[in-house]
Amino acid sequence: MERLLTAIDRTGGVNLLPLAVAFVAFFLIGVPSSWVTLTVAGLAMGMMIFLMASGLSLVFGLMDVLNFGHSAFVSFGAFVAASVLGWLAGWLGSESVALNAAAIFLAFLAAIAFGLAAGWFFEAVIIRPVYHDHLRQILITMGALIVAEQMILAIWGGTPINVPRPNFLEGSVLMGDVAIEKYRVFAFLLGLVVYLALKFTLNRTRIGLLIRAGVENREMVEALGFRIDRLFIAVFMVGSALAALGGAMWAGYETLITPALGAEMMIVVFIVVIIGGLGSIEGTLLGAIMVGLVANYVGFLAPKLALASNMILMMVILLWRPNGLRPAVK
Amino acid sequence: MTQQINRGERFVKLVVLLIAALLLFAPFLFQDIRSLEVAARICVFIVLVASYDLLIGYTGIVSFAHTMFFGFGAYGAAIALKQMGPGWDAVILGTLAGALVSLVMAVAIGLLSLRVKAIFFAMITLAAASVAMVLASQLSQFTGGEDGITYKTPEIFKTATKLAVTEEGKVARLFGVKLNGKLAAYYFVFATSLVLFLFMIRLVASPIGTVLKAIRENEARAEAIGYRVVAYRTFIFCVAAVIASLAGSVYSIWLKYTGPETALSFTIMIDILLMVVIGGMGTMYGAVIGAVLLVLAQYYLRDLMGSAAEALSEIPLLPFILEPDRWLFWLGIIFILLVYFFPRGIAGTLSEKDAKT
Repeated sequence: MERLLTAIDRTGGVNLLPLAVAFVAFFLIGVPSSWVTLTVAGLAMGMMIFLMASGLSLVFGLMDVLNFGHSAFVSFGAFVAASVLGWLAGWLGSESVALNAAAIFLAFLAAIAFGLAAGWFFEAVIIRPVYHDHLRQILITMGALIVAEQMILAIWGGTPINVPRPNFLEGSVLMGDVAIEKYRVFAFLLGLVVYLALKFTLNRTRIGLLIRAGVENREMVEALGFRIDRLFIAVFMVGSALAALGGAMWAGYETLITPALGAEMMIVVFIVVIIGGLGSIEGTLLGAIMVGLVANYVGFLAPKLALASNMILMMVILLWRPNGLRPAVK
Repeated sequence: MTQQINRGERFVKLVVLLIAALLLFAPFLFQDIRSLEVAARICVFIVLVASYDLLIGYTGIVSFAHTMFFGFGAYGAAIALKQMGPGWDAVILGTLAGALVSLVMAVAIGLLSLRVKAIFFAMITLAAASVAMVLASQLSQFTGGEDGITYKTPEIFKTATKLAVTEEGKVARLFGVKLNGKLAAYYFVFATSLVLFLFMIRLVASPIGTVLKAIRENEARAEAIGYRVVAYRTFIFCVAAVIASLAGSVYSIWLKYTGPETALSFTIMIDILLMVVIGGMGTMYGAVIGAVLLVLAQYYLRDLMGSAAEALSEIPLLPFILEPDRWLFWLGIIFILLVYFFPRGIAGTLSEKDAKT
């Protein structure tokens, strides 16, 4: 037993959890082809949720600021991207892959640009006056979330909006008897690229070093003469942009979006952040993948339980590790 | 310990007493159905907001699950009345069942999450509340789904019931008010709300209230003195949950309808937050002022906005701003401004005015 535990620790410890879940699910499901489909769907969903959650986690880790309005960026990103895709419907419908790619690239770019700008505004106007005051932070960001949701209602109306997908991402790839939706592969790959880029920035660049040091001990970094508040604005903006990108991808995934999207995703994002542990990118990724996989497996095995599956997962993990799987915050 | 009562505090108390008197005589002062509706809603929300204030104002816990407990109580009474028929046994059983479910949930959430970082608690309660909301709309064979449940309440609360009869067999009138079941229902709401509110006032004045404030001000110190912070937090969370659940039962009896909109929706949570912040956190009286102001605004100001938007439809932009659909938008902005500039709310700011000099 002891030896087994050390062996597990050496090969990755909690990181093996998604593998274990997938392994157990394989036997519960029994049909390899549906298992592959579900796993791919779970991974794609996990990657999109990771994009939405990573900013929240980093912002909390770096500055001890909990942003309840984070999901506003997600829904704004989704709606901005949907509008851009709506305008470029001609490009999307065309046969040329280049035009297709250009359209979706522009849509994501618009969402990211919006996320950057909105993040800056949000940080400067809403959050800066209430640093170090958790109670008021929660209240104010909650108020901001209400205002943002109402703005979406005012601009885009309350009716669901159709999001066109580019032609080349429509349909699925057949491998043997396994059908894999192209968009899911695309979402997974894009999420992976962003994760690797984030990891590279955090682990291999000077800015990343400062951010990690700030998460570890803010006062010390400030005492060494670095302006961590400026760094914080940058992290906040990037986090918001990532959330907007995640929302944009989610819009393409769901193809039908309503203003309630933000509120729905907020719960999932919170659960992911709690499971993963606040402040670490790896933890958030782990939590997101877990949530994505479990949601898909449970949705297949016991549809009645699907709603509560995230909650149950969170409770189990909190009982096991009260600070999340891989926390970075002391 | 003698406390110097200053002018501001006395003024706040006076206002609260005045509101209590108005609510007591509401059926006689404002003789239309809508006003009675408003008065009953104010009574229930005073209790609900005060119980939330126990958490946020006195103990410094931010919970987003308060409507969930309110909903448990409302649905408990509603389902019992629907299944067992109108009777006091159904009312009592449903209310107790709702309160019990709330208590169990509160203990579970409290023990699970109050020991971890305080900030997790807000997230976990939010998640729990959203699950409860989805469940209510999914389990439609019990809860009626999105449509909710309509049911009959005990005989005495029916509008057709005559409490006193004149010689001709018609409903007797007192100062021109029909003594019918609606009146009995209102006084039922008023009396239960009053009892619950007085209980909470007593609770915060007791030694427990002092410990709670100590936890809010400095958790580590309270722990060091020897108070078990987790136990106290869980206890007050349970008390608040049960009171919210009772308020929900009372409101469901008054409305004779329970649905996601009236009992579980997130808008109610936002209303509660606004009322607490407007009235003033950490003062029981603030809950009264906040609830009265916001409910009045909801019922009357919103209509006013609508008619203003119509009247000004010629002028560009103004009607867009004043449209009743934008109501929540403006509330959100007011909320943010209040938290920035008057974090102590009306009651808190007034009481503080003279205290400084």
